[in-house]
Amino acid sequence: MIRMEGVRKWLGGKLVLDGIDLEIRRGETLVIVGPSGTGKSVTLRHMVRLMTPDDGRVWIENEVVSEAHGTALERLRRRFGVLFQSGALLEWLTVGENVALRLREEGRLTEAEIERRVMEKLDLVGLGPDCNKFPSEISGGMRKRAALARAIVHQPEIILYDEPTSGLDPVSSRTIDALIKTMNRELGVTSVVVTHDLHSALSIGNRIAMLFNGHIVAMAGPDDFIRSEQPVVRQFLEAQFITRKGAWEH
Amino acid sequence: MITREPRYQLPARGPAGHLGRHMLALVGNSGRAVIMLGEAIWCLRYVFTRRSRQAIVTQMYVGGIKSLGVITVVAAFTGMILALQTGLEMRRFGQEVYIGAAVMVSMLREMGPFMTGLILAASVGAAIAAQMGTMTVSEEIAALEVMSINPVRFLVMPRLVALAVMTPLLSFYSCILGVIGGGVVGLTQLGVPWGAYVDNATRFVENKDLYVGMLKAFLFGILIVTIACHQGFSATQGAVGVGNATRRTVIVCFLSILICGYIVTRVFYV
Ligand SMILES: Nc1ncnc2c1ncn2[C@@H]1O[C@H](COP(=O)(O)OP(=O)(O)O)[C@@H](O)[C@H]1O
Ligand SMILES: [Mg+2]
Repeated sequence: MIRMEGVRKWLGGKLVLDGIDLEIRRGETLVIVGPSGTGKSVTLRHMVRLMTPDDGRVWIENEVVSEAHGTALERLRRRFGVLFQSGALLEWLTVGENVALRLREEGRLTEAEIERRVMEKLDLVGLGPDCNKFPSEISGGMRKRAALARAIVHQPEIILYDEPTSGLDPVSSRTIDALIKTMNRELGVTSVVVTHDLHSALSIGNRIAMLFNGHIVAMAGPDDFIRSEQPVVRQFLEAQFITRKGAWEH
Repeated sequence: MITREPRYQLPARGPAGHLGRHMLALVGNSGRAVIMLGEAIWCLRYVFTRRSRQAIVTQMYVGGIKSLGVITVVAAFTGMILALQTGLEMRRFGQEVYIGAAVMVSMLREMGPFMTGLILAASVGAAIAAQMGTMTVSEEIAALEVMSINPVRFLVMPRLVALAVMTPLLSFYSCILGVIGGGVVGLTQLGVPWGAYVDNATRFVENKDLYVGMLKAFLFGILIVTIACHQGFSATQGAVGVGNATRRTVIVCFLSILICGYIVTRVFYV
């Protein structure tokens, strides 16, 4: 569904992505893990053309998103929901207005229909009662969930999550993991999740890719991933106390 | 596409290299700011949609009405200073009644728009730059783009319209207050009767002075919004970047208001 072919990207005089080849299949959840600052967010940004590759291409089915412009780009972006690392809610709008924003700006639906959809999504993420609060009045975890509601309000086919659980307490993290799994199972969306939290990676991913030094150094299902012999992967796993023996159940 | 990717250049060598980099950056930034302004003008076709109207009215209030207080004080004192300085000189020739013309003409042509422009640049311009900068570094602009909400239409256009309307109005208001302030000084310090002052003030002034002053203020409003939004959108590196964008906005606004003011005067009065 999404295919990256030899994507290279220089940022700040540094080669951040050095030939990324990645294929994401329809309906799967691909998790990209890796230490901070290796370019996981940059990889996601290429998929919605917030960044343009210096070399290589990004395909969405049979369209090249990395060269799209204007209405073609708008149409491609409509298929995506993106949950940004910081939530990126607009501070001067309430949670409800934030979620409704894109529908109101598009102006295709009636106000009643918009309200209904917004409440539906907010209930899904458990924020129905907080719909009239401002982003500054709610906790970090709630903000992430509000941003998630905003990302899915237009029923996208593909959802990109940038560190959905970072900075959250373990309970909220598992709530978000459960939401991601629900979304996948019940709505059949394709998901790409960027995280450095291996616990959530192993529990939600159909496949896990490890990004290191601008390359995908490992790509496997969760069971094979924790048995990987590659030193980089081992080091990353052991840093989070995941050993070969205690296979992660999900 | 607003989300700018960082442009990396090899470090410059020597003073000439640095100067060259600065010139290139200046030209590049001006070009990009003008392109953004053009896009905002193209977005004016949405100006009468209900949501845009709401945003514009909000911005008029935030950017214009809230500055009334400080503009009132600054304008009144500018008029008073002008009256006192010129009046003290003119008294030596017994011509102090001419402070009316002096205050009126200089307020309308130059001081009104200029003071208003500087105040708005330092308050509203800085606020816009800080807000846009924060939104840029916290990925809110990227989020808008991904939602296919054009940040120029959604954020820049309402601010542009609001300041393009409010700056001339505020400038006119500051002229009136300046003239009143000058009159008060004339009456109390220089012994110029109110009637003579007003008569003198209105006799020598032309409609052209008013129009050119308003044009200046209009241009200043556009300059402030363009510079502030452009700087904000180019912010990088978190809070430090936002601070830099705000600082640069105020400096660049001050400089361009001065230069633009001179050019307009040169075009219309020579
Ligand atoms: N806009 C940018 N300007 C300069 N460098 C950037 C920019 N965005 C990302 N980088 C660099 O790219 C690298 C990867 O960043 P990122 O993708 O955010 O890492 P992470 O894997 O933690 O999400 C970092 O070293 C960062 O310094
Ligand atoms: Mg990141």
